[in-house]
Amino acid sequence: MSDPKIEGYEFKPGFKGMAQDTGSDQTMFKGVHWGKAMMWIFLLSDTFIFSCFLISYMKGRGSTLIDWPNTSEVFSLHVGSTPVPLLLIAIMTFVLITSSGTMALAVKYGYEKNRKMCGWLILATAIGGLTFVGMQAFEWSKLIHEGVRPWENPFGAKQFGSFFFMITGFHGTHVSIGVIFLFIYAYKTFKGHYDEEKRGWFTTMKGDYVEIEILGLYWHFVDLVWVFIFAFFYLW
Amino acid sequence: MSDEYENKTGYQAQSSETISSGGGGGSGTVPDADHVRPAEIPEQDLYHGHSFITKWIFCQDAKVIGVQYFLLATFTGIIGLILSWLMRLQLGFPEAAGFMTAEHYYQFVTMHGMIMVVYFLTALFLGGFGNYLIPLMVGSRDMVFPYLNMVSFWSFFVAVGVLLASFFVPGGPTGAGWTLYPPQAILEGTPGSGMGILLMCISLILFVAGFTMGGLNYLITILQARTRGMTLMRMPLTVWGIFTATILAMLAFPALLVGGLMMTLDNVLGTSFFMPTILKAGEVLEYGGGSPILFQHLFWFFGHPEVYIVALPAFGIVSDLISVHARKNIFGYRMMVWAIVGIGGLSFFVWAHHMYVSGMNPWFGFFFATTTLIIAIPTAMKVYNWILTLWRGNIRLNVVMLWCLGFIVTFVNGGITGLFLGNVTVDVPLSDTYFVIAHFHMVMGIAPLMVIMGAVYHWFPLVAGRFLDEKLGKWHFWLTFLGAYSIYFPMHYLGFIGVPRRYFEMYDSPYVTSAVGMNEFISVAAFIVGAAQLILIYNIIRTLKIGKPAGHNPWQANSLEWLTPSVPPEHGNWGEKLPVVHRWPYDFSVPGAKEDFITQTTPPSEVAETEVEKT
Repeated sequence: MSDPKIEGYEFKPGFKGMAQDTGSDQTMFKGVHWGKAMMWIFLLSDTFIFSCFLISYMKGRGSTLIDWPNTSEVFSLHVGSTPVPLLLIAIMTFVLITSSGTMALAVKYGYEKNRKMCGWLILATAIGGLTFVGMQAFEWSKLIHEGVRPWENPFGAKQFGSFFFMITGFHGTHVSIGVIFLFIYAYKTFKGHYDEEKRGWFTTMKGDYVEIEILGLYWHFVDLVWVFIFAFFYLW
Repeated sequence: MSDEYENKTGYQAQSSETISSGGGGGSGTVPDADHVRPAEIPEQDLYHGHSFITKWIFCQDAKVIGVQYFLLATFTGIIGLILSWLMRLQLGFPEAAGFMTAEHYYQFVTMHGMIMVVYFLTALFLGGFGNYLIPLMVGSRDMVFPYLNMVSFWSFFVAVGVLLASFFVPGGPTGAGWTLYPPQAILEGTPGSGMGILLMCISLILFVAGFTMGGLNYLITILQARTRGMTLMRMPLTVWGIFTATILAMLAFPALLVGGLMMTLDNVLGTSFFMPTILKAGEVLEYGGGSPILFQHLFWFFGHPEVYIVALPAFGIVSDLISVHARKNIFGYRMMVWAIVGIGGLSFFVWAHHMYVSGMNPWFGFFFATTTLIIAIPTAMKVYNWILTLWRGNIRLNVVMLWCLGFIVTFVNGGITGLFLGNVTVDVPLSDTYFVIAHFHMVMGIAPLMVIMGAVYHWFPLVAGRFLDEKLGKWHFWLTFLGAYSIYFPMHYLGFIGVPRRYFEMYDSPYVTSAVGMNEFISVAAFIVGAAQLILIYNIIRTLKIGKPAGHNPWQANSLEWLTPSVPPEHGNWGEKLPVVHRWPYDFSVPGAKEDFITQTTPPSEVAETEVEKT
């Protein structure tokens, strides 16, 4: 990324540039869209939410007296009659990470004003997210079918069920919200709202392809959080 | 729909007006010394409401939203005040409070605490003053996301509604204490253990969601929407205080949200996040394996920064008020800024000093006592700087200044008792006594409240265009100030003799005899202080009708909010052109200047003869 052109302002490289930007008037992050800056700060706040969840989980798992269930058994799928550990979760993770890739491409084509490609890629991202949520629903129902509940767990400590449903549920909610917005943005892209600078439904701001990048930030964040949840729940 | 967008094209016009291109000549109309970089952000499109509903109810003007926040927070605060009256009635004159059971008392304690800390002080400082002052002080037309800002207020509105609804559900509001410690918060036997605590958690989650929307607005407005010439180090300390407090809130409220959510699940679904194995009347409950202390950690990771979320805006505001009314630049502006930022940063590493007696690892106490006492350094720096600002100032001893002085005294008082409680060995015998009550009411109840009062008297002429009455204001101040000391000074003594907090009555303990008279005295003082607030309400109503018109910049202040073309400022704040800033807002009594103040928009060429500092 190259620096934006700002009249009467000369960018400096490295830390000197950072200090100069911070000490300057009007904006601290030069040329950064308001919505983009907002999304970064929101994600910082959201990071704290997920950190609190995961730290609570570590504390809960560390201090329980009853053994934690063996995750490679609990989360395994049967292919024929052989249990394959982490099969479903591997597919889920693959789908979600792939959707991050399509999202990144959508941002690229958006800035190139390639409306069609951008729209299709957002749609692909949305479908990836939807697949993820669907597979998560499948995993939930499998565990519920086996008797795991937020308040009980036949395989060991009951906190397993509590934390699993709460944290994956909270993450799944994030994904679902993302999917809803992806569909809306795909619609807006195809309709050309970003080319025409059409105003949003609730905001006074003009449509701009930067909005796709902002949604992309959220989407990548949700994927990144999933990597941590994956590591802490399925690999620990 | 009659939506209309107005795009003022001042951006283009401005950028060409004030630049004198080329280094040496003065080719434009503006001298080189006054040169300010052209605008780099385009003009903001604003939504102007046309009907009563879009202008005053679902309004997108930050100033109106600020006033809405202020009024709703004050209304909630008055409920908190009435609850404190009921508590004092029970403590001072139990025979007159026959209608009150122990359950009622605990519910009132809980709701009083939660209302005052979250729904009154936080909402008032950040939602009220933040919304009103940030865009005006940094020179923007509005908050950067006006629609989000409106939703923020209405989330707060719903949060307050849910909170107050808990008074009317079966079992009443929760009586678990404002810290909501499990397991007792959701076990039968605690008042409001079913619906009460549920509504409390929901209300808090709504509050956090609403606040996040507002907080993002404050931060981005300050970072990305300042006017030309407004650098971070030229911002009034009020903005610095609110800015840092908002960062704290954005990082601390997540812990409350998570704690509240997990408690809700424990309550509704029967999970055991915080619930250990519990024997009740000889029977083992369904719960088991959870960690109550985990909730305490989550709660106080929010709870301690929360103290500074309330205190930092107060620090900032009081710095501005003192500087304006002592006609002197704030002593050590940069030091003040770094102290605010430093206190904010440190506040995330001290939370477990609320938990010395919780049974956590004793080494934690050692660590947290150290970090806690380190906070005394930046805080003391601020107090010295306020005093040095007053020193040899041209002090106007008006009501605003009185509140500021009251703040300094009260804050120092509360801060010193904080040194007692920050040390583990001294804290242990004082834990859960009235000494703690006295400490935190002084330091984060009365002291920030004094700043709020000072700020009301200071900015009322801007908001309403009229001066509040000085004479009534002085009555209000002295009754509140002396009254507050009459309430909280004796409480220190009660704490030393070991009177425990949160007790419905004292029964036949040996210290009762000496505590009874004192409790009666405190209660009477509390009734008087509460009633004294009616003076302010009367003063405001009276002023709105017959108050002295204030006109432009009535206090001869420098900061931008006083320099709007119309008083009170209109939507969009600045009329046709945004202001251009040339200096910090503290150029008071500059040697050589014609007047004793130089506004932020005064270009250097106009004050070339003076000994003004370069800022």
